[in-house]
Amino acid sequence: MAARIQIPRQAKRGELVEIRVLIQHPMETGFRHDDVGHLIKRNVINAFSCRYNGVEVFSADLSSGIAANPYLQFYTVAEASGNLEFTWIDDEGVQGSERQPIAVSG
Amino acid sequence: MRRGSRVARLLLAAAFAAPGAQAQERGIPLDQLKSGSAFLGQDLGALQADEFANPGMLWVERGAKLWREPAGKKSLACASCHKEVNMRWVAARYPRIDSRSGKLLNLEGRINLCRAQRMGAEPLRYESDELLALTAFLARQSRGVLIAVSIEGPPRAHFEAGRASYDLRRGQMNLACSHCHDANWGKRLLSETISQGHPNAYPAYRLEWQTLGSLQRRMRACLSGIRAEMLPYGAQEYLDLELYLAWRAQGLPIETPGVRR
Amino acid sequence: MKRREFLAGLAGTLASPGAALAQADALDPPAWVTYGAPVRKGKVKLELPQLADNGNSVPIRITVDSPMTAADHVKSIHLYSERNPVRNMANFYLGPRAGRAEINSRVRLAGSQRVTAVAQLSDGTFWSDTAPIVVTLSACLDES
Repeated sequence: MAARIQIPRQAKRGELVEIRVLIQHPMETGFRHDDVGHLIKRNVINAFSCRYNGVEVFSADLSSGIAANPYLQFYTVAEASGNLEFTWIDDEGVQGSERQPIAVSG
Repeated sequence: MRRGSRVARLLLAAAFAAPGAQAQERGIPLDQLKSGSAFLGQDLGALQADEFANPGMLWVERGAKLWREPAGKKSLACASCHKEVNMRWVAARYPRIDSRSGKLLNLEGRINLCRAQRMGAEPLRYESDELLALTAFLARQSRGVLIAVSIEGPPRAHFEAGRASYDLRRGQMNLACSHCHDANWGKRLLSETISQGHPNAYPAYRLEWQTLGSLQRRMRACLSGIRAEMLPYGAQEYLDLELYLAWRAQGLPIETPGVRR
Repeated sequence: MKRREFLAGLAGTLASPGAALAQADALDPPAWVTYGAPVRKGKVKLELPQLADNGNSVPIRITVDSPMTAADHVKSIHLYSERNPVRNMANFYLGPRAGRAEINSRVRLAGSQRVTAVAQLSDGTFWSDTAPIVVTLSACLDES
């Protein structure tokens, strides 16, 4: 699954870090019909998680109420250099993940 | 509107002032042209302008990767022959005639012709993720470049066909494109304001589709809306119309990927 | 005096019992979120545009006034809708490592309605904010 992540490359220890995530996914609601009138099956990203050096710092349950190609912006505090790892899974069990390094000074 | 761009547009209009071109009456005068972006609400305008969160950028990013990926029997990538920096003007000059085959090509056609002739690769389907990604990426290279297509010489017949198509009444509602987009732009249709129908932000992320789509997909949606027959993707009539629309939008900047309702 | 007030109150309830019930339903968080604990207005700020361009993608911001320390932080934020076919739109789980209790996202809205955000704090209390929005083109329901 294609995704875009925006985090600062570096931060000072204790500084607030803004995280922006954009994931390519139709977030099919299950309420739409195809061109012959059949209901298109629901398939949304239902869970999302952000781990900072292995520790979960943010997670979310999502539903069809989140717009297609979901966008999330949240925060964490810069602790140590390492990786921010993002994982998510949709109703069909397809998983996605991205990882971005962050350098923390001080 | 910035003075610089208005001056640039007038200069461009003068540059194309061959006797034939000058005689063409414009449904909307050049100094009244407005991109579809001018008809967006505040939130959608902000989303379009957001470099990161504009959903169309997902395809642009994918297109950047595909540009460098070898494909086909010759294992060549687009980047093997084309430097990205030299692609800056391409989208603003299309559709144009391919000198070898004499055919009118839009960006999709050009990409598929290159793939077939130079890369030995299969053509990409309209509305496939790959073709959308490549066209979005290419058009994005022309961001800010003013549209300026040639209609003199070989493209002339296509331009005239496109114009005739634009003015043709069709469908159950018996409407031509000009009825909404020349005669009634700016007025309300149900809860929407009618735009001038310019192609400068395509491929665009349309909320109704909840995905990126090509200009031809948008034209087909218009045809469906007036209960007219939708021709298949890649039909000659669409290509001729694309040329006419580009001429009609002369001087508007490329804004791909646009966000539209 | 008391009897008049009582009768006036009774008349009010009888005049629109459905509406009164619907109002209570729409703004109360689901039982599994609060387990019947009281939800107070405050601390939470839910920002939505007054008028949505299109119900398919509406920008939303939820902010909770909290120091986000180990002792005092937001544990979770629950977002739900008055009219969407799926009422619980999303749940966000934070904690002291979040640093700031602020979430931005884009949501789908099926028609004009009120949206509510409920936050659970580390001390076990629940706080909420509700925002109205006018939507002319609904997600989920207006298909094309």
